[in-house]
Amino acid sequence: MKDGICRRRPWQGRTGDAGRLRRDLEKKMEEKLGVGIDIGSTCAKTVVTDANGEILRRSLRPTGWSSVETAQTIQEELAADGITADNARFVATGYGRISVPFADKCVTEISCHARGAVRLFGSQELNVIDIGGQDTKLIVISGGAVTEFVMNDKCSAGTGRFLEVMANTLAVRPEELCRMAASGSDTRISSLCTVFAESEVINLIGRGTSRENIAFAVVDSIAQKVKTQAGRVRFHSGPVCLTGGLCDFPFVTERLASAFGRPVVTSPAARYAGAYGAALIAAGLKG
Amino acid sequence: MADYVKMWENLGMDLETHDLLCQVLPTAVGDVFMTQENRPKAMDFWDLVISEVHGIRPAELIEEQKKGRKVFGTFCVYVPDEVVIAANGIVTGLCGGSQFWVPGGEAVLPKNTCPLIKASVGARLGRTCPFFRIADMYVGETTCDGKKKAYEILGKDVPMYVMDVPQMKREKDILKWKEEIAEFAKKVEEFTGNEITVEKLADAIRLVNEKRRALKRVYDARKSENVPISGRDALLMMQISFFDDPARCAQMCNRLADELEQRNRDGVSVVPAGTKRILLTGTPLAVPNWKLHNIIETSGAVVVCEEMCTGTRYFENEVDETGTTLDEQFMALSRRYMKNNCACFTPNEGRIDDILRLAKEYKADGVIDCSLKFCNLYDIEKKAVSEALKQAGIPVLSLETDYEDSDAEQLRTRIEAFVEMLNN
Repeated sequence: MKDGICRRRPWQGRTGDAGRLRRDLEKKMEEKLGVGIDIGSTCAKTVVTDANGEILRRSLRPTGWSSVETAQTIQEELAADGITADNARFVATGYGRISVPFADKCVTEISCHARGAVRLFGSQELNVIDIGGQDTKLIVISGGAVTEFVMNDKCSAGTGRFLEVMANTLAVRPEELCRMAASGSDTRISSLCTVFAESEVINLIGRGTSRENIAFAVVDSIAQKVKTQAGRVRFHSGPVCLTGGLCDFPFVTERLASAFGRPVVTSPAARYAGAYGAALIAAGLKG
Repeated sequence: MADYVKMWENLGMDLETHDLLCQVLPTAVGDVFMTQENRPKAMDFWDLVISEVHGIRPAELIEEQKKGRKVFGTFCVYVPDEVVIAANGIVTGLCGGSQFWVPGGEAVLPKNTCPLIKASVGARLGRTCPFFRIADMYVGETTCDGKKKAYEILGKDVPMYVMDVPQMKREKDILKWKEEIAEFAKKVEEFTGNEITVEKLADAIRLVNEKRRALKRVYDARKSENVPISGRDALLMMQISFFDDPARCAQMCNRLADELEQRNRDGVSVVPAGTKRILLTGTPLAVPNWKLHNIIETSGAVVVCEEMCTGTRYFENEVDETGTTLDEQFMALSRRYMKNNCACFTPNEGRIDDILRLAKEYKADGVIDCSLKFCNLYDIEKKAVSEALKQAGIPVLSLETDYEDSDAEQLRTRIEAFVEMLNN
């Protein structure tokens, strides 16, 4: 599931005189590539940057049932492209971060999302909403550093998993659900619990509520839950940005903006914010 | 290990189930404590006690019972040990800190009761803890609704006395608590058959004060920039102090404090310089609940102080020793115990003041405020705690957990992220 962006292979096809090549190589030896691997509960994201933190390559694959195997596959793919411990440093993040034996360092997804978001959105003052597969994080960043964060507890309300379960109930894919939701309105799901909310959705189907309206209710429920969770941190006046798996769905951003009563910014690259942050940390590692 | 099977059998314990508990404990102790490096030598005492936690001390208590002494089991730091000791009684803590006992508690209590209460009830009804079997009388207190109702259930199985803790701290509440202590004293006299005299109570007050001073010495050593002892070891010492003989507890704590003070002079630390120092605040951590300390201290930080019942609340403030009548002594006891700041009081600003003061005294880089699941009182207070700390510029992380291991990795992510934030 590589998305094909920035697939330049940095160590291939270079030409030039031997001296220049050696100088290049020496420089490369000092300035290693940064590789960030974010093993999430649903997707594993990989970002490779040069020593200056510019993205050279990024890819995404389902985590599947074994994060150890996924990590191994990622390692093999990177090696096939010439990215190994010789020329790169690796930072693992995400809930499967301990399953990456070749990582030079493990850093939590909170620090990584913050670091990635700061670079992606070009601001040292940010309020980050990261909606992941199994948890939602709210991170306040001041002066480029995390000052506060909260994560949802064991419950999956307000996460990507919630959206997936509801999409399944409606027999559509999550992206379709979000598209449909844009033309729905005025419907609410009151349960926060995924299991109860699913029953509610089934009731709505039974009552003949349109799929668009149910989809609207699902997306709105996520936005409301995130807003409630945000009551436990102090967002500042800086931009609010969305990272994580739902960045590609404009209606999610729209409902979040409506719930928060202020603009919410995102970009397709923000899906990789955690892996990007990890890569930036990796690029900055010494030794 | 000595053979305590006969003793457990005589106590009417469920040996088969108890065996299961005995099997898991050594692994837990090994994982949490024995993996640490450079531990203080004086921890040998607590290592021994915990290795035979259901053997050594229970056997001592039974010996004392044979001499006619009565054992009182308590659940809270508001119950004045001095009164029991003055009547030649013995106090032992009874709080359940293991998931092992929770299902037994859930059989008679709603699931949304805090794990400490569920485990305590489960330990009694399941007959798998010798302390719960040995205690001749349980002394409860009205600190929270869950406990109040749980005592009604326990009261059907064992002699139960409940002290009515005030919910506010006005002068009339302190007077009321004094009356409660006086009534409790009568009950203890009746139950033990021993009179509480001014002299005996004065001796008991001095004895318990001495124990408090010894515990405080250990804690004071943790205030040093140098970290002479891990939070895990300090917690173990604190937990055992609820079960031990007060004089021996003081002696062992002083012995440990001697070593820790020497370590501070020599710059002997259990963690690398610059390791982030955590003040832990919230609900008590009963034996063998070491989960949070273990996660924090394997995530690159160290616990330097516990603002909890199994921590500073147990030893801070001494009882005035100058009382010359029982009335004066009961009042002195009431004044000291009412200085404790439990979330069952309203308002409870004293706890916020304590946290801010302790964060400074122990040079904490950050505070972790953690409550047991379904402890509404401490959960609600988190907001006030976190606001006050933020205002003071001290980073804070609020957590909630129970005795299960299933959320360990989620807790670890939050704690690691918090430590990364402090290191930034």
